[in-house]
Amino acid sequence: MARTVEGHEGGVAERLSKRLEAMQSSQAWNSIFRPGSIFRKGYTDSPRNRSYVIMNSVLYHLHPVKVKRHAVKVSYTLCLGGLSFFLFILLTVTGIFLMFFYRPTAAQAWDDIQTLHTSVTFGLLVRNMHRWGAHLMVLSVFLHMARVFYHGAYKPPREFNWVIGVILLTLTLLLSFTGYLLPWDQLALWAVTVGTNMMGYTPVFGDQVRFVLLGGVEIGTDTLLRWYVLHVLMLPFVLVLFLAVHFWRVRKDGGISGPL
Amino acid sequence: MTEIPEHLLKRAQEAKAKAAAKAGGDAPAPAGDGGDAGSAADDAGKIPAHLLARSQAARGGAEGGGVATAERPAGGAVATMPGAGAQAPPLATGPEGHTQRLLTVVKAGSIQDVKAKPVDKVHTWPHLLVGEFVACLALTAFLLVFSAVVNAPLLSLANFNLTPNPSKAPWYFLGLQELLTMFHPMVAGVTIPGMGIFALILAPYTDRNPSPRPEDRKFAISLFTIFLMFWAVLVIIGSFFRGPGFNFTFPWIDGVFFDL
Repeated sequence: MARTVEGHEGGVAERLSKRLEAMQSSQAWNSIFRPGSIFRKGYTDSPRNRSYVIMNSVLYHLHPVKVKRHAVKVSYTLCLGGLSFFLFILLTVTGIFLMFFYRPTAAQAWDDIQTLHTSVTFGLLVRNMHRWGAHLMVLSVFLHMARVFYHGAYKPPREFNWVIGVILLTLTLLLSFTGYLLPWDQLALWAVTVGTNMMGYTPVFGDQVRFVLLGGVEIGTDTLLRWYVLHVLMLPFVLVLFLAVHFWRVRKDGGISGPL
Repeated sequence: MTEIPEHLLKRAQEAKAKAAAKAGGDAPAPAGDGGDAGSAADDAGKIPAHLLARSQAARGGAEGGGVATAERPAGGAVATMPGAGAQAPPLATGPEGHTQRLLTVVKAGSIQDVKAKPVDKVHTWPHLLVGEFVACLALTAFLLVFSAVVNAPLLSLANFNLTPNPSKAPWYFLGLQELLTMFHPMVAGVTIPGMGIFALILAPYTDRNPSPRPEDRKFAISLFTIFLMFWAVLVIIGSFFRGPGFNFTFPWIDGVFFDL
């Protein structure tokens, strides 16, 4: 009767939960998830375990175990700094995908993008995400700066972290600008021509600055290689260094600012 | 050898003389007590005799009043306090039989200097991490949907012999390109943006106002808002209101000459 039906279903659920329990009791499982992990057997919501979740995770321990109550409100930070960082991660992931299909030479770059659009699975989607994400990151970093200013969060002891933030903003712009050339279409070529011509007016060293940026006297395949290396390796590397200092200083300077 | 101040030596001597005088007064009493005299005299040096007597009396009372135990404290009491006569000394107990006394109260403020005020905090897990997770998911969803619907531009292959009209820089540099119509390229492309970044870096060092509250920093907020609006207006003009030859156009009449 009902007993048998329930018994049958209960049997499956019971077997599943037993399986899960056996898995969670295994040495392998316990070697992966440290004490306090929510995936460990017998995790309970206690202050001790809430602390362990943060302390025992290499990713989460960017955060302190406890944060000011007002800092958790979305209306205070609008998540802008965190989302800028998350966009950077998204751009890294999609960028690595794009690197598999792209060769930075004047003869091949544009064709590679065309192939990416037409013959690579999800190629167009990932390129779109990379491009829109990049514009969004420039915007979110700008807005993050505005948010920090309006909260007076650059005031002592956070002055130097603001300076690092301005450097990060500049690096973000440079990352976006170096990526702009890579498709090697008319938009890329002439946008970069306008940009680098302006930098060529740097007093005293103008011509030298332009020569170093272009890898020659005018934009060409050498420029493409140069900006590609800047875009995928050097600027992200420098950005990560400054990001590390930026995050570290947030905590060392007493956590997020406020309340007002 | 350290020198002991004279007044301290004097005070110590006085105390010693006082103690000797007291011991002299007590000495005959245990001597006349009989069998236990020796041990009682030894004890007298450590615990005052009347306290010993009281505790023994209490013990005796608890045992139901053995004769031998009852007599001895009485003897002791008489011996230690000759002036009190045959009566037991008044027991200096508090309302609930407390035998200790409160000598003084030391306020915490006089010995501890508490500088850190307690801050209202919450656990990062789950309060902050859940919010961050939701924000990241929402951003990913938005980017995915937007990228599925809107394609990134890919114009025709770069051609050095065909200058598009207008040629525009990436949108975040369009403010600078707009300035280029008004100033010498060195001023528009190098001096003004350089000064802008420099001013941003110096902001925390030039703003000496310690208050983060908006009502206290009307000037700083006005100045920064003007700064932001200046760039925003220039970027919008450069993006949407500039057409062929970088001449002024209205987007609703001539269309938009702008690619992201």
